[in-house]
Amino acid sequence: MTQGFRNWTRRGVLATGVAMSLALGAMSPAAAQTPPGVLIIGQIAEPKALDPAAVTAVNDFRILMNVYDGLVRYKSGTLEVEPALATDWDISEDGTVYTFHLREGVKFHDGSDFDAEAVKFNFDRMLKEDHPFHDTGPFPLAFFFSSVEEVSVVDPMTVEFTLNAPYAPFLSNLAYPTGLIVSPAAVEQSGGDFGRNPSGTGPFRFAEWKSNEHVILNANPDYWDGAPASETLVFRPITDANTRTAEMLAGGIDLMVEVPPVALSEFEGDRYKVFEQAGPHVWFLILNAKEGPFADKRVRQAANYAVDKTALVDNVLEGTAEVAAGPTPPAFAWAYNEDLEPYPYDPEKARTLLGEAGNEHPEVTFFVTEGGSGMLDPIAMGTAIQADLKAVGFDVKIETYEWNTFLGEVNPGLEGKADMAEMAWMTNDPDTLPYLALRSDAWPDKGGFNSGYYSNAEVDTLLEEARVATDQDERARLYKKMQTIVQEDAPWLFVANWKQNAVASEAVENFALEPSFFLLLKDVAKN
Amino acid sequence: MTGYILKRLLSAIPVLLGITVIVFLIMALIPGDPALAILGSYATPENVAKLNRDLGLDAPLVARYFIWLGNMLQGDFGQSFALNRPVLDEVLERFSATLLLAGVSFVLCAVLGIAAGVISAARQYGMADKAITFVVLLGISIPSFFLGMMMILIFAVDLRWFPVSGMKMAYGGGGFVDVARHLVMPALALSVVATGVVARLSRGAMLEVLRQDYIRTARAKGVGEGRVIWGHALRSAMVSIIPVLGIQAGFVLSGAVYIEMVFQWPGVGRMLVDAILKRDILLVQGGVVFVAACYVLFNIAVDVAQSLLDPRIKT
Repeated sequence: MTQGFRNWTRRGVLATGVAMSLALGAMSPAAAQTPPGVLIIGQIAEPKALDPAAVTAVNDFRILMNVYDGLVRYKSGTLEVEPALATDWDISEDGTVYTFHLREGVKFHDGSDFDAEAVKFNFDRMLKEDHPFHDTGPFPLAFFFSSVEEVSVVDPMTVEFTLNAPYAPFLSNLAYPTGLIVSPAAVEQSGGDFGRNPSGTGPFRFAEWKSNEHVILNANPDYWDGAPASETLVFRPITDANTRTAEMLAGGIDLMVEVPPVALSEFEGDRYKVFEQAGPHVWFLILNAKEGPFADKRVRQAANYAVDKTALVDNVLEGTAEVAAGPTPPAFAWAYNEDLEPYPYDPEKARTLLGEAGNEHPEVTFFVTEGGSGMLDPIAMGTAIQADLKAVGFDVKIETYEWNTFLGEVNPGLEGKADMAEMAWMTNDPDTLPYLALRSDAWPDKGGFNSGYYSNAEVDTLLEEARVATDQDERARLYKKMQTIVQEDAPWLFVANWKQNAVASEAVENFALEPSFFLLLKDVAKN
Repeated sequence: MTGYILKRLLSAIPVLLGITVIVFLIMALIPGDPALAILGSYATPENVAKLNRDLGLDAPLVARYFIWLGNMLQGDFGQSFALNRPVLDEVLERFSATLLLAGVSFVLCAVLGIAAGVISAARQYGMADKAITFVVLLGISIPSFFLGMMMILIFAVDLRWFPVSGMKMAYGGGGFVDVARHLVMPALALSVVATGVVARLSRGAMLEVLRQDYIRTARAKGVGEGRVIWGHALRSAMVSIIPVLGIQAGFVLSGAVYIEMVFQWPGVGRMLVDAILKRDILLVQGGVVFVAACYVLFNIAVDVAQSLLDPRIKT
């Protein structure tokens, strides 16, 4: 009676089995291989736009640096500027007028000429509210150039920037992605859609952007600095770090950035090359110097002694960072004070300092974030720091916030809310972070990021002087002195400088990471 | 029938309006704003205020709601802050990817689930029934994102049968075979739990029907067992299976969020997660309203299908 049914099942099983084996047989030959000359890069997120003036994320910069050039750029392996679209420049005696001589014969990818008018168009678009293409913004980082009063065309190959006051980081800011030069003709043509139809002068031309699938760039054989080594770059957004790692292991991508520390061991052996490069990044705790236990310098120093930074960097971060000594990352080699030694791990000394301060069991509230730009592994780090502080007598209460909420709590200042908070910054000039986060004039109520209310008149003077000095050696001297004082005052608990990492397959050649954290792929070949 | 459909469509309007109010309020009330998310560590009060003005977020809450609703009724869902493109373009593009993934998963869960349930019921307490019940229980118990990750490790990284993630090959892909190969693992991972649920409920529904007198009559008349089960019994059981399928469709749509994250499927679920993290208000609002509208419409379609199948339901 059940004959028909049984037959059906047998036929079904048989058919399914045959279909499965056929299908699998057809697709088994290592399908994941990518063609030579086509470099596939695993990115951490979808870009917002490919308009350098409109974006803020390192993730987007990684693409942009290959499509555009600035007037100047960072010398390979350093954070010092060298000529790019400008061949040389003069700075006036008082440091307020910069005259750039532009490179001849450079064309944008859309065929239009690069000249002084184009440079003026770029900065006017960003800075002048009445510019006809100002509405192609918003331009969130335009304040990098807020010191620019006027950009004027001297002759077709000479352009002059007049600043409202001397501003030493100006050249370095020009090398930052916000200063990259876009094609005016393309902006005029695409208007608000320029960010999806970009055109620059760089080594690669924009070819295609499919949302959440890829951005494709093709080589620009006429590039003024020599033709690129690869034919095509494909940037794939893969937000999940585990999936990104799996893609790399399966051969679906050739190069990945921001490898999760726990996944690094997967890439040992000859099939992969692992890269590391310390960058202009510092991870620290803001200490509330205005009220509560940390108003006493000795308690702030005690906290610096109490935390085992080496253990944090080696165990929690699996060696993807180095211990920070002070407020300035060593990546700014010219401005970094080599004599500075990190606070050693010394719980005994910490207890003594707490005793001297007459506060052996300080109670502190600690703001921790779940994750955010440059924050590494904030929850695990926060918990480890809590344990270290507890061991010397602190009583630490952690409050955890999602990143945007966290910034909303921390940026307006810690007063009345917390005694310490995690924070991380990545900058392009040694001026930026201390100027925005350590001066008395940078307290939150004055529009700065000094959320812990640190104040030292000497530091204020040093930073103001360094900002207007045009001589690099003089600036370096001032920054080094500032670092010594700030380390001693301990307005922060200095923790780590992040090392960027990347993994490339064995087919990738000539790749290197830059201290700027930009991804420069012009000379990278793929076999 | 037309009247019934119209009535159902009209009753969907207040539901959708309610959804717009809820999603708007949630986005307005969660801490952090888009300017803060865009500016990151450069978010001084001054920069935030300027950017909010540029983004048009300085109008009062109620005014913003009605501007948004008014624009939406005219088909203008606004511009995404984080992606710099119209919300509707993004949502439609991403929703079609989700529809492909969820649609295939839904078909898989319906076909496999019903087949498993029917076979189980026909062989109650037999080996087939026991094996299916065991597999179904296992399927329901494994979280789909975990299953997804395990599938990636085994079938993509080790065996290299299928690509790890995405919908097409990053370079030169996009053909039917290419998309199908990318679809296999996420669609299976997404359908497992729903398949289990459908299988259990189909088994129950079938057992109920198989005990009825007319089935015994049919068998007594000498109708073949295959026809009794697939023809007579299943047709009656479908009346109680179809509403479950309607619910599973919603489940598959929401489950797509995890699966899209794991497999980097360029769908609307992943879009919403990214958009929430970036406080991309208009994209979240537009996306949620669009998905909710589709879900409501789908459920109306299920109800209509059910009334067609079962004359006892008044239309």
